[in-house]
Amino acid sequence: MARAVSTRRKTIATAAAWGIGLLIFFPILWTILTSFKTEAQAIADPPIFLGFDWTLENYRVVQERSDYMRFLWNSVILAGGSTILGVIIAVPAAWSMAFVPSKRTKDILLWMLSTKMLPAVGVLYPIYLICIRFGLLDSRAALVAILMLINLPIIVWMLYTYFREIPGEILEAARMDGAGLKEEILYVLTPMAVPGIASTLLLNFILAWNEAFWTLNLTAANAAPLTAFIASYSSPEGLFYAKLSAASTMAIAPILILGWFSQKQLVRGLTFGAVK
Amino acid sequence: MATQHSRSAARLMMAPAVILLLGWMLVPLTMTLWFSFRRYLPLRGGDLGWAGFDNFTRFVTSSAFWPSVQTTLVIVGGVLVITIVLGVLLALLLDQPMWGQGIVRILVIAPFFVMPTVSALVWKNMFMDPTNGLLAHLWRLFGADPIAWLSEVPTTSIVMIVSWQWLPFATLILLTAVQSLDREQLEAAEMDGASPLSRFTYIILPHLGRAITIVLLIQTIFLLSIFAEIFVTTGGAFGTRTLTYLIFQRVLESQNVGLGSAGGVYAIILANIVAIFLMRIVGKNLDR
Repeated sequence: MARAVSTRRKTIATAAAWGIGLLIFFPILWTILTSFKTEAQAIADPPIFLGFDWTLENYRVVQERSDYMRFLWNSVILAGGSTILGVIIAVPAAWSMAFVPSKRTKDILLWMLSTKMLPAVGVLYPIYLICIRFGLLDSRAALVAILMLINLPIIVWMLYTYFREIPGEILEAARMDGAGLKEEILYVLTPMAVPGIASTLLLNFILAWNEAFWTLNLTAANAAPLTAFIASYSSPEGLFYAKLSAASTMAIAPILILGWFSQKQLVRGLTFGAVK
Repeated sequence: MATQHSRSAARLMMAPAVILLLGWMLVPLTMTLWFSFRRYLPLRGGDLGWAGFDNFTRFVTSSAFWPSVQTTLVIVGGVLVITIVLGVLLALLLDQPMWGQGIVRILVIAPFFVMPTVSALVWKNMFMDPTNGLLAHLWRLFGADPIAWLSEVPTTSIVMIVSWQWLPFATLILLTAVQSLDREQLEAAEMDGASPLSRFTYIILPHLGRAITIVLLIQTIFLLSIFAEIFVTTGGAFGTRTLTYLIFQRVLESQNVGLGSAGGVYAIILANIVAIFLMRIVGKNLDR
């Protein structure tokens, strides 16, 4: 039996948690607010929190100057393409490991995980060289492939942990009723696996969207996604806080919204099922 | 029962993922290993033959090596301590009954979804800038001289930025672990007169042990290879060059591929040492 919690205690906890929560969230909030200020108001001392002249000017300028849409489109293609491709390759693998496990399944899973541990910088030049050889430097194709490969272990693991929760008895029942392998996958497993696959897509889309080693090192003008677009603001001239904020807000807004839906999957996806 | 038929089907279904990952691992790894034994300077004559272990000894004897190891340890260690200590406290706080718990959780988790280049640039300019940054305003408000964060205390600044990014991750995982705590055991301890501190030390902390280990290992692997946060803030200047950044500079900036690859081999060995411990824990969990 849980005891009734005193209102006093609840009030203190609420106040403390909200205070800390707002403090942690503050840099994001401040960025969003600043994106609606004029450049002069953005650096005003003392800082202006809400009483400024709200303007959309920065968004217009950022879009005009740097063709934001092109970077956004690249981000969508890279994150979306690599994730979908990864899931297509991972679903059969995870399915077979979850439902037809062999003695080596565990070793294969752990080995896949170990490829994720390979530090990117250790293989930077070979990948760079391969891209040059095949004319793939600054191409979306190369980055879709690379992002797919670095996230593939996580995708396989996430799907595996979801598939393992589907009770095997259901499959046996389906087999008894005469379902073949194809029917089994199509009509029994798929409907049960949809939530797991959706969560996997979501988390890996976010991870690929925010990836900032390969996207910074292997792209220039053509395939650069939003990570690189933002990095181009690292050597600024004149007043640029409001514009930087507008660009940042546009780069993180889609993913913040998606991210809020994926909190639970985050734990499962990034701890490889070790914490549930 | 799996039949022979379904077994071979299973192998076939696994093949694409296994083959792709095998290629992704072996091809670049072999090339890095090969380059690390070559004198390879793409801009100064290309591949100039065997170098033996020259690159390996030169990499560790260069004057930049030990400072970079030190910086790496300070950044990884600093972020780990901050995120785990604050993460445990925050997880315990968020576990308390309160109003608007869901919203607070969203606020706390948000930084994890901010792309590294954005968080680094926002912190660098809007918070840590010595003239116009918000922290400078705050310092002046209290009559103190503003700090030029990224040039005076660059490593600390980077630790702050990266901790902000990773605190949500630690908190979320530790919160998940806290929530699986046996409430009745806690209440029984409370009734028996155990103080909050001893309840924390003898019940909560041991329960969180595994989650803390996992956070520690996973974060270590990610933190060893942080790149964007340094790339857009200091560019490796002011003693913020980590091992990862040093290798990046050797390979792409000074185009000494042999030397950089030797560094890469060291980085791979280092990451593998950490990885082995992580795999043991994850592997044990698979048997359950």
